[in-house]
Amino acid sequence: MNLKNLFRIAVRALVRNKLRAFLTMLGIIIGVASVIAMLAIGEGSKQNIRKEMSGMGTNMVMVMPNMQRRGGVSLGASSSMVLKYSDVLALRNEAASVSAVSPEVRASGQVIYTNQNTLTTIYGVSEEYLMIKKLEVGSGRIFNVNEVRSMSKVCLLGQTVVENLFGTGADPVGITIRIKNLPFLIIGVLKDKGESGMGQDQDDLILAPYTTVQRRLAAIDYINGIYASAVSEEKSAVAIAEVEEILRRTHKLKESAENDFRVMSQSELIETVSSITDMLTILLGAIAGISLLVGGIGIMNIMFVSVTERTREIGLRMSIGGRGSDILKQFLVESILLSILGGLLGIVFGYLIARGAGSLMSIVPIIKVQTVVLAFSVCFAIGVFFGWYPARKAANLNPIDALRYE
Amino acid sequence: MSNIIIEIKSLRKDYHVGEVTVHALRGVDMKIHEGEFVAIMGASGSGKSTMLNILGCLDKPSSGDYLLDGINVNTMNRDALAKLRNQKLGFVFQSYNLLARTTALENVELPLFYNSKIRSKERREAAINALEAVGLSDRMHHMPNQLSGGQQQRVAIARSLVNNPVLILADEPTGNLDTRTSIEIMDLFQDLNEKGRTIVYVTHEPDIARFATRNVMFRDGKIQRENYVTDRLNAKEILNTMPVEAIEEFDQ
Repeated sequence: MNLKNLFRIAVRALVRNKLRAFLTMLGIIIGVASVIAMLAIGEGSKQNIRKEMSGMGTNMVMVMPNMQRRGGVSLGASSSMVLKYSDVLALRNEAASVSAVSPEVRASGQVIYTNQNTLTTIYGVSEEYLMIKKLEVGSGRIFNVNEVRSMSKVCLLGQTVVENLFGTGADPVGITIRIKNLPFLIIGVLKDKGESGMGQDQDDLILAPYTTVQRRLAAIDYINGIYASAVSEEKSAVAIAEVEEILRRTHKLKESAENDFRVMSQSELIETVSSITDMLTILLGAIAGISLLVGGIGIMNIMFVSVTERTREIGLRMSIGGRGSDILKQFLVESILLSILGGLLGIVFGYLIARGAGSLMSIVPIIKVQTVVLAFSVCFAIGVFFGWYPARKAANLNPIDALRYE
Repeated sequence: MSNIIIEIKSLRKDYHVGEVTVHALRGVDMKIHEGEFVAIMGASGSGKSTMLNILGCLDKPSSGDYLLDGINVNTMNRDALAKLRNQKLGFVFQSYNLLARTTALENVELPLFYNSKIRSKERREAAINALEAVGLSDRMHHMPNQLSGGQQQRVAIARSLVNNPVLILADEPTGNLDTRTSIEIMDLFQDLNEKGRTIVYVTHEPDIARFATRNVMFRDGKIQRENYVTDRLNAKEILNTMPVEAIEEFDQ
């Protein structure tokens, strides 16, 4: 019996029991749909995070003070004072694989304009900061070297701050606002950057010269962090090593001493986040896989019923010349058809679920061809695996017993 | 004498039911020639059905030899037996055993599906011819549930003919049919036999056995009596003498 006719017999058998076939497929449908949806959303959010994080500069290198411990006693806040502007200078002069360096001094405070006020973070930076963090000036300008040197009270506002103080779409360049009761002239407005991959508002900030923030707002002599750009993304590992080596030297750390700072690169962070989402995707996929298994068992069950119901038909087919292998094929094709049909419906449902859930989470789900191929082959395998035993049972029937079966 | 289609020598068949052994056949010798029309008779439990199943290669004897068309069947495996049934035998069952929701034509085609050498066009032609031979060319596309019992049995007979077998085996072919329809089926068998078909059927009705050319009576797993039918009935003549009302009644 050729495949076309086997296929026809199988279709006929399924059409005869439409509801039963559908219920049998349901397990597979749910399984495949959840696998597809999980993987699509997982992949989509991974791409999302990747895109947003690389928007922050994939070749960015960050230096943070490391919480120090001496003999088990945390030195607390004092240990966060290890980074100095001299470190920035050292890096700028010596690190060959670093193209731009900026200090970061943070101060948080109330910002007031007429009767509006908002609480935000003021970042004291150098002008290279914009390039490193991939920030862009929307209107106005960035401060210049003179303004940095003279601790000028000038600042650039992020879009959220502009919105909070002046309303949406306003261009407040030239206006003076009060930050912690000091008047600051707005010389520029940053372009909208949106939320970060972690859901943080990247527009809720004010940039000012680091000298101004350090002396006038925070009143400290250290800096909170250093941001630098590696010459390229591939060079970021080299840059990290270099930065570490230079800072250990400027900090006069002994061979045995631990770093009193931490160096991280953006690409490392991306890797970490990606591997977390990967893990989650695999985990969810595995759970979905279990429902595929359950679906397969459902198919096996119904195939047994089908074989029992059609014992006389099997007997007849054998008596007119059907070989065991013909009967085996007949039932295998039926179970494969069941599972593949279920798989197809599952792919469609999975796509719809991913679309729906994606629009709720503002993620564009990505269905990879490999996922679909995988789902398909898993369904085929399920059909063969769980159909085999019932089909085998049918094929091994004794024709005379099968014919007499009541 | 013509060719020997079936030759059976000291055939035995034992069934083991739990610890009890049932001797269904206890040494049977039989020969059937080409063109014969044989009725196997006997009470239930006499071994006649077992005999037919073995003749049809659906069951294997415990001992003894069975030569079908010169081939020793005992040495064959399952697949070879399936091929033999497919190409040399035709079966007719008491309960027709047609596939439900499948047209008469497709039911008749079925045996040829299991013969990979036959193309779909030949298959269709052969099925149409077989249905014409049983007088059902106008019912080809009917489903079994749209056919009367007699018509269903005719479809089954067409199915048994479609592979041009050397032997047609029928197990109580008239068992589910009324008298007139039974005689019509016997008429069909007599026609086929006159055209040269070898037919063996099992029945427990002496009247039905009288349409055959030879009767073989089984009892307790052995052939009790074997005789050529001297007062053979002609189905056509009987049908002609039957009241016309009965025909009309049947047609409705």
